[in-house]
Amino acid sequence: MSHWGLALIGGVMIGAASALLLVTHGRIAGISGIVGSLLPPAAQAVRWRIGFLAGFAATGLVAAVVAPHAIGAAVVPLPLVAVAGLLVGFGTRLGGGCTSGHGVCGLGRLSLRSLVAVVTFIATGAITVTIVGAL
Amino acid sequence: MSSLVAAIVTGALFGAGLLLSGMTDPHRVVGFLDVAHWDPTLAFVMGGALAVYVPAYRRIVRQSSPIFDGTFHLPVARAVDRRLVIGAAIFGVGWGLAGYCPGPGLVAAASGSSAALVFVAAMLAGMFAQHRMPNMR
Repeated sequence: MSHWGLALIGGVMIGAASALLLVTHGRIAGISGIVGSLLPPAAQAVRWRIGFLAGFAATGLVAAVVAPHAIGAAVVPLPLVAVAGLLVGFGTRLGGGCTSGHGVCGLGRLSLRSLVAVVTFIATGAITVTIVGAL
Repeated sequence: MSSLVAAIVTGALFGAGLLLSGMTDPHRVVGFLDVAHWDPTLAFVMGGALAVYVPAYRRIVRQSSPIFDGTFHLPVARAVDRRLVIGAAIFGVGWGLAGYCPGPGLVAAASGSSAALVFVAAMLAGMFAQHRMPNMR
């Protein structure tokens, strides 16, 4: 199967998981929100978040053994990866979401806020790739 | 199925979807953001996800409550404000720079990728810093 087929199936799984989180726990499957709300000032309902992240992390552990090729190599040197991490951490909490929270769930709920967020982060992402590519 | 098991299974399904779709490979993500040599893979991922979530969301929220909670916890903010736009803009720069966003970064880190581990550590620091900032409007 072409990788586009796998992309579609993977996307369906992501959508299904997001729907599952909604129907079981009534929550939005926004990874930055799930992680961020475990940091101080932490949310009260910790168990579902820990459970979700445990299942999440487990797939990474399994991938290391059965599908290590799915984990790509870094695209920039580690110091820049660290800068990227700071920006992603800060920006997702300030902006209230990321590709899962705003992209899947937000657009999925037809949220105007999320549409604006998605257009914005894709735009600055694209500009960044162009600039980095030109350096 | 207990509430905790449901959460674990949900997280596993989500992570598996990220891995299968190629989103844990930063090159794929950067390729989507590369206007000169565009890789549409991420669009297929989004399409697949939305094809499921759009109708599922509508049906699910019509119920009185979720299975393991007394109430839905849905976002209440409506205004498109500066925080949203600036935050999204900053996130986008970081995303375009290393090709990681929180989910794929975490899965890749769990697999042992040193770059992803650096990313996640820095991401947590960035989140922590944002939480300490006075309320920005």
